[in-house]
Amino acid sequence: MSKGIVRHDFEPKIMGFVCKWCTYSGADLAGTSRMDYSPHVRMVRLPCSGRIDPQFVIKAFEQGADGVIISGCHPGDCHYNEGNYYARRRNLAFRNLMEFNGIDIKRLEFSWISAAEAIKFTQIIDKFTNQVRDLGPNEGYRALLDPYASRLVKSSEESAA
Amino acid sequence: MAKIGVFVCQCGNNIARTVDTADVAKDASEQSGVVFVEDYKFMCSAPGQEAFKKAIRDHDLDGCIVSACSPKMHEATFRNAAEAAGLNPFKVEIANIREQCSWVHNDKEIGTAKSKDLTRMMIQRVKYNRPLERYRMTMTKRALILGGGIAGIQAALDLANAGTPVTIVEKEPSLGGNMARLSETFPTLDCSQCILTPKMVEVQNHPLITIRAFAELEKLDGYIGNFKATIRQKAKSVIDKDCTGCGDCWEKCPFTVESEFDMNLIKRKVIYIPFPQAVPTVPVIDRANCPKFLKDKCGICADVCGPDCIDFTQEDEIIEEEFGAVIVATGFELMPNVYKEYGGSSMPQHLIPKKMNKKQRAAQPRSTSGRLPDVINGLEFERLASASGPTGGEIRRPSDGKKPKTVVFIACVGSRDASKGVEYCSKICCMYTAKHTMLYNHSVDDGKAYVFYMDIRAGGKGYEEFINRAQDEGAEYIRGRVSALRKKGDKILVKGADTLQGCAVEIEADMVVLATAMVPQADAIDFAKTLGISYDKHGFYSEQHPKLMPVDSSTGGIYLAGACQGVKDVPETVAQASAAASKVMQLFSKEELMREPEVAIVDKEHCMNCWDCVTVCPYLAISPEEVKDRNGNVVKMVANVNPGLCQGCGLCNTVCRSKSIELQGYTDQQVYAQITAFEGAFV
Ligand SMILES: Cc1cc2nc3c(=O)[nH]c(=O)nc-3n(C[C@H](O)[C@H](O)[C@H](O)COP(=O)(O)OP(=O)(O)OC[C@H]3O[C@@H](n4cnc5c(N)ncnc54)[C@H](O)[C@@H]3O)c2cc1C
Repeated sequence: MSKGIVRHDFEPKIMGFVCKWCTYSGADLAGTSRMDYSPHVRMVRLPCSGRIDPQFVIKAFEQGADGVIISGCHPGDCHYNEGNYYARRRNLAFRNLMEFNGIDIKRLEFSWISAAEAIKFTQIIDKFTNQVRDLGPNEGYRALLDPYASRLVKSSEESAA
Repeated sequence: MAKIGVFVCQCGNNIARTVDTADVAKDASEQSGVVFVEDYKFMCSAPGQEAFKKAIRDHDLDGCIVSACSPKMHEATFRNAAEAAGLNPFKVEIANIREQCSWVHNDKEIGTAKSKDLTRMMIQRVKYNRPLERYRMTMTKRALILGGGIAGIQAALDLANAGTPVTIVEKEPSLGGNMARLSETFPTLDCSQCILTPKMVEVQNHPLITIRAFAELEKLDGYIGNFKATIRQKAKSVIDKDCTGCGDCWEKCPFTVESEFDMNLIKRKVIYIPFPQAVPTVPVIDRANCPKFLKDKCGICADVCGPDCIDFTQEDEIIEEEFGAVIVATGFELMPNVYKEYGGSSMPQHLIPKKMNKKQRAAQPRSTSGRLPDVINGLEFERLASASGPTGGEIRRPSDGKKPKTVVFIACVGSRDASKGVEYCSKICCMYTAKHTMLYNHSVDDGKAYVFYMDIRAGGKGYEEFINRAQDEGAEYIRGRVSALRKKGDKILVKGADTLQGCAVEIEADMVVLATAMVPQADAIDFAKTLGISYDKHGFYSEQHPKLMPVDSSTGGIYLAGACQGVKDVPETVAQASAAASKVMQLFSKEELMREPEVAIVDKEHCMNCWDCVTVCPYLAISPEEVKDRNGNVVKMVANVNPGLCQGCGLCNTVCRSKSIELQGYTDQQVYAQITAFEGAFV
C-alpha cells in the first residue's frame, strides 16, 4: 500500500454525525478490516440519528466545515425502532432550508450504513470527500457569518474550562 | 479550571506505526485545561490501567481522555478504572484513534493530524460531561405470565424451577391452549396430550406457581422491575379452594351447549371443564347459557355438590398485584371466515377495516355461515383425529358420521395472498397437512388423501423427511390451487388445477380439510395497547430487534413467547419461551435494578408543556407531571421522564423547543463543544 496520500491544493474539512449502533460500528469494522479511505471526516458519535439536531449541522458549517455527513441505521433497523425515520424527515425538511441559509445542499450527505457495511462506509466517505473537494471551500457561507461569532464561542468555552 | 488528563495509547505498534503518539500527546498538553498527558505502550494492560488510576489520584483529575481504540472495546474498562480511582466514570471519554486513524490511514502525517483533532474534540467535550450516577431501583422479583398455552407453561416452569414465583393468567378455564387440541404432533407423531398434560400437572403442583384460570388482565401500570397488574378473576360460580374436581356437577348437569374446546363438533355441559385433563380441574358455570342465571331454574349442580362449593352469587374479583417482569404468551387462532368461495368473507374479524360500525362487523359471517358441513379446518381435524375427541379418534365426517373415503386437503388457505387473507406464509401448515394425511391414512385403511399445495415449505429438523414419509404412505400431492368447492349429492366436488401437468382436476371428496392460516388472537391489538407494546400490521407482537432481541418486546421488562409474536410450531414456541424465561432470570439475578444514567432529564423550570417529547418517545417513557405550589394547587404541567422506561435515544432532546429536556451523556453542550474543537486540519 502506498505510504503517502496524494495532497491536493484544497483538502475539504468534513464533519460527521453518526449513530453509534450502525454507522459508527460500520466505521469500526472498516478499521478492523484495515480498509483505506479518505482521512477528512471527523465523526461525532451519537446514540441515534434521531438525536442529530439540524443546528449541529449549521454549527459545523459555522465552524468551518466544507461538508457534513449524517448517517444512521437503515429504515427498519433502528435500535430505537423509529429514530432514523425522524432523522430522514428532518433531513428532507432541513435540506430546503440549507439553500436558504446559503449552503449548497451538495455539502450535506445523508446515508444509511449498517454495522456490517464497512465497504459502503468507505465508499460513501470517499465519494463525498471528492464531491466536496470539487465544490471547493465553503467560503460563501463563511462570508455571511457574523465576524464576532467565533470570538463569542471561544469566550464561553474558556469560562467553562 | 478543568483538570484533564490525556492518555495516548500506542497499542503496541498498532497505533504508533502510523500515528505519532508523542506528537498527539504534546498537542493535547497545549490545550487549555489539560494538566497531565501520558504516551504509553498499552493503556489497557494492567500496568497501563494502574498508571491511569495513579494519574487520576496524583493530579486530582476531573476528566480523562483515552486516545486509543474504539469505545466499544475499552470504554467500560477505563470507566471502571476511573471509578476505582475515585473519578466519576462518566467523566471519561475515548478518542478513537485506532479504528478511525491508524488502521485506515497509512500516511503518518495525516493520521497524526486527524488523531490530534479527534483528541481535541474529546477534550472540549469532557469539560461538559457531568458526573452521572447509575440509577438503582428496587424490583419485585415475581413474574406474570399472560396465556397458559405451551409457551406460558414452559416459561412458568423454567422460572419457577429457578426459584422465581410466577403467576399465570389464562382466560379460559384451563391451561393448555391450542396444543391441548392437537392429536399427534409432527415431526415425530407423538401424542400431544401425552407430552403436554404432565407439564400441566407439574405447573399445578409447583409451590411457586399460582394459576389464575378464567381470568384476564385489565390494566398494566409501571415499568421494568415494578409493574402493577390489575387482574379480573371472572366468577366461576364455584369456590376454588373447596372444589375437589370430583365431576358430580357436570355429570348431573342436564343442559348442553357446543364445546369450544372441541371446535363445536360436540356438546359440553353448561357447568364444565373444557377437557378431561384440564388444569385446574375446577369447573366453571357458563352463565350465558345456564338456566339458573337466565330464568332462575335448575340448580342441580348445587344439590349434588358434596363439598358444597357451588356459589351462584359469586362476583368477578379484581386483584391488584405487583410484578417485576411480564411474559406475553397469548398465542394464536386460526383465521376465521376463510370460506369466501362458499359465501363467507375471507377476512379475519379483527382485520376487517375499522370503518365498519359495530353492527356491520358483527353481521360479518363468522365460521359457520355459508359453509358446507364437511369442509373443516385444521383444528377441527385435530379433534376428529384425537383419541379424546368427539369420535374417539376415528375419523368420521361431521355431517353423517361416515368414514370419508376420499379427503382433499387444501394448503395455504388464507395465507400467502393478501387478497384472500394475509400476505405471510403461515409456515406450519405444510407440516400439519402432511401429518393430517398420515393420521387419516392410519385411521382409514382404504382412504385416499389428496393435497393441493402451492409450495412445500419444510425447513426444519426432520421436516422434509416427514413430508416424504407422508407421500410414501399414500398421500397424493397436487401442485395447484382449488378454485371452487360445490356440493354434489353427499359429496363435495373439488375443482382445481394441476399446474405441473397443466390440466384441470376434479375430485369428488367426502371431506375437505382447509389448512387455514394462523393469525393473532382477535383481541391481540387491544391487548397490546393494554400492555403498551408494539405490534405489526397483522397484530403479531413486535420484538425489540428482529435478529438480536427476538424475545424482548418494545417495552423494557415485557417479553414475548410463542405464537403471539409470529407463526410458530411447538419446538420453536418452547425454545422462545425458555429464552424469555432466561431473560427474566437475568433481570432478577441482580439485587436491584441498575440503569445506565444515559437517559433524558427535564429542566422543570423551563419546560413549556408542548408535549412534543411525549409524542416522539418510542417507549412511552415521558408523561405529564403536575407542579404544585405551597398550597397544593396545580400551577403548571411539565414533562417527566421515567428512567425505568427511557432507553436513551435522545429523540426528545432533539425535538424540544425550549431545550428543557436533555439526554444525559449526549447533551447539546457536549456536542457543541465537540464541534467547536473541530479544525479538520488535513496535515
Ligand atoms: C391445526 C394445527 C396443527 C398443529 N400441529 C402441530 C404439530 O403437529 N406440531 C407442532 O409442533 N405444532 C403444531 N401446531 C402449532 C402449535 O399449535 C402452536 O405452535 C402452539 O400451540 C403455540 O403455543 P402458544 O402457547 O404460543 O399459543 P396457544 O396454544 O394459542 O396458547 C395461548 C394461550 O393463551 C390464552 N390467552 C389468549 N389471550 C389471552 C389473554 N388476553 N389473557 C389470558 N390468556 C390468553 C389462550 O386461551 C391460550 O390458552 C399446530 C397448529 C395448528 C393450528
